[in-house]
Amino acid sequence: MSRMYKIIKKTELNPTVTLMDVDAPLIAKKAEPGQFIILRVDEEGERIPLTIADFDREKGIVTIIFQIVGATTEKLNHLKEGEYIQDFVGPLGVPSHVEGLKKVAVVGGGVGCAIAYPIAKKLHNLGAQVHSIVGFRNKDLVILEEEFGKVSDKLVMMTDDGSHGTKGLVTDALKELIESGEKYDEVIAIGPLIMMKFVCALTKQYDIKTTVSMNPIMIDGTGMCGGCRLTVGGETKFACVDGPDFDGHLVDFDEAMERGATYKEFERKAHEEACNLFKKEVQ
Amino acid sequence: MPNMSMVKNEMPSQDPNVRNKNFLEVALGYTEEQALDEAARCLNCKTRNCVSGCPVQIQIPDFIKEVAAGNFEEAYQIISRSSSLPAVCGRVCPQESQCEGKCVRGIKGEPVAIGRLERFVADYHNAHSTEAAVKPESNGHKVAVIGSGPSGLTCAGDLAKKGYEVTVFEALHLAGGVLVYGIPEFRLPKAIVQKEIDGLKELGVKIETNMVIGKVLSIDELMEEYGFEAVFIGSGAGLPRFMNIPGENLKGVYSANEFLTRVNLMKAYKDDNTTPIQHAKKVAVVGGGNVAMDAARCAKRLGAEEVYIVYRRSEEELPARKEEVEHAKEEGIIFKLLTNPVEVLEGENGFVGAVKCQEMELGEPDASGRRRPVAKEGSEFEIPVDCVIMSIGTSPNPLIKSTTKGLETQKWGGIIVQEDTGLTSREGVYAGGDAVTGAATVILAMGAGKTAAKSIDEYLSSK
Repeated sequence: MSRMYKIIKKTELNPTVTLMDVDAPLIAKKAEPGQFIILRVDEEGERIPLTIADFDREKGIVTIIFQIVGATTEKLNHLKEGEYIQDFVGPLGVPSHVEGLKKVAVVGGGVGCAIAYPIAKKLHNLGAQVHSIVGFRNKDLVILEEEFGKVSDKLVMMTDDGSHGTKGLVTDALKELIESGEKYDEVIAIGPLIMMKFVCALTKQYDIKTTVSMNPIMIDGTGMCGGCRLTVGGETKFACVDGPDFDGHLVDFDEAMERGATYKEFERKAHEEACNLFKKEVQ
Repeated sequence: MPNMSMVKNEMPSQDPNVRNKNFLEVALGYTEEQALDEAARCLNCKTRNCVSGCPVQIQIPDFIKEVAAGNFEEAYQIISRSSSLPAVCGRVCPQESQCEGKCVRGIKGEPVAIGRLERFVADYHNAHSTEAAVKPESNGHKVAVIGSGPSGLTCAGDLAKKGYEVTVFEALHLAGGVLVYGIPEFRLPKAIVQKEIDGLKELGVKIETNMVIGKVLSIDELMEEYGFEAVFIGSGAGLPRFMNIPGENLKGVYSANEFLTRVNLMKAYKDDNTTPIQHAKKVAVVGGGNVAMDAARCAKRLGAEEVYIVYRRSEEELPARKEEVEHAKEEGIIFKLLTNPVEVLEGENGFVGAVKCQEMELGEPDASGRRRPVAKEGSEFEIPVDCVIMSIGTSPNPLIKSTTKGLETQKWGGIIVQEDTGLTSREGVYAGGDAVTGAATVILAMGAGKTAAKSIDEYLSSK
């Protein structure tokens, strides 16, 4: 049953974000939008969680999209098509609840768009009206624009510098839509913590239910380590088994941001070392 | 003529000030001379209290008699009739409250060092035995074992020896359960666990890693689509508890599970490893069990200058093995007993700065029979630390319960089984170990794995 997980396709979406189609039929069979996998690149590697970006049950393929931020994602990005990922386990976490929604604003920021996309797609397939608001730093970092276009009744592209779409933040666009009279059953926001925090602050003013997808530090993904704990509505929750989706109006984002930075210094050093190692290999 | 020495042969060990800086095994094991001398302390008494103290009833006086006669391999054969993991149990069993606690020699003086002799015998066998396990002829029945910790490995081994086709499903990337992610290298070398697992593979047991049962596949799918006729659930008690005190989500607060998993399973203790771990200077470990001792001693080995065990009862109530407490003290771990944390205080940049504690005194005995700790009013004080490790127990993971129809559990999550068979509320589904009892010991889990294997064999051979 279990074996190494072959990379069927690898595409660079932008200089720091890569898409991989991975052969994992058992996971593809069960996967739902909002769930995640945990992988280890090699025998000595650490375990990292990545949200499932797409899946094809018939072909047995699970798609992941990752940003190169640390040593592990750097190593992962050095694998080629036809090579194997050591460990790949899932689908973990609770699927996003999208049934029954009629009109939804899906807000994606940066690589978070990779997680927002399958949710937008599922909503679209269920017949809901989907307004997608996606934001990136600049035009070189834009991913999945065409894909979002296909599943959205309205697509708003935002960039920080205005090099593509409209200049501004996703919250500006969302506010404008709400002010113009659009009535959403729910807002689903996925992206950097700071973006989700401000989306929630905005939707709270209009009293629109808002779901966010949390991606904290995690080891096992089954509830064993408690490293992924968050405070939601004053209670401690584990993102891996209780989430990763939570009611955004109840999440303590400031605490989540602090906890997310626990190993920042460690990660920076490890990433530099990994880069130097790869540079040496090239020379 | 028995050896009438009042004390055990001392266990050769690494010097405390050397070992608290490395992850090599602390206890080095008896030499043949020491084993012979210690075995001669056994009176081979008729009542065999020691056997009744052993959860799997190893015929202790019989194996010790063989050791005394120098027949170490024969001694191993006697142990392995009752125990599947002698090299493990010789190292991690709480002998003082089991076999050795009942030893007649312990009335005046120290009991016979049964655990050390068991370890000696198992290590002797592992070093000298050349015969590979023979894969028995298949009886055509397929059994699934969920979890590769002590109960799962034992159940798998016993069934494989009887010809069952056993597949073990492990959620993590490596088999061994708590033996690999929890118990540190210096107390249980991972090579020993690997040897046990390799032995099972020789018997034909298949091990499937990365298989989170309840997510990748359910028990119903295993039985209906994959043809497993019986299932043993040995998924352990993996869910960490927290104290729910203020500051518990500050950076630098870990569950013992997370800390130990990073160190042991993810090998953060190795210099060339990329697993992130905080190299804290001052660490408070909350709790008094074996896991707390393991976490404290790991923190010390990672370079912490001061490591505290913060425990709300007194030394007498410490649930850890006596030997672990002694080892921890020798290695410089500071015990803050009758002390209970009430808040974790913030230091710099969202990291822990101190733990605020209360002094406690012991009141009337509670439901567990231990005297209940009561807070002394106005006794708050702070211990400056940059890391806090919560080691106050674990509960069973709800994943299997929530995905298996008709599987009955206790309110706190433990799977309900018939004690003498391990059968759950579902036909063909058995369970044992911490998933049933809540956090307990390796040997009890092993015993439950044996019981279930016997019941599964009876169930499938009468089917």
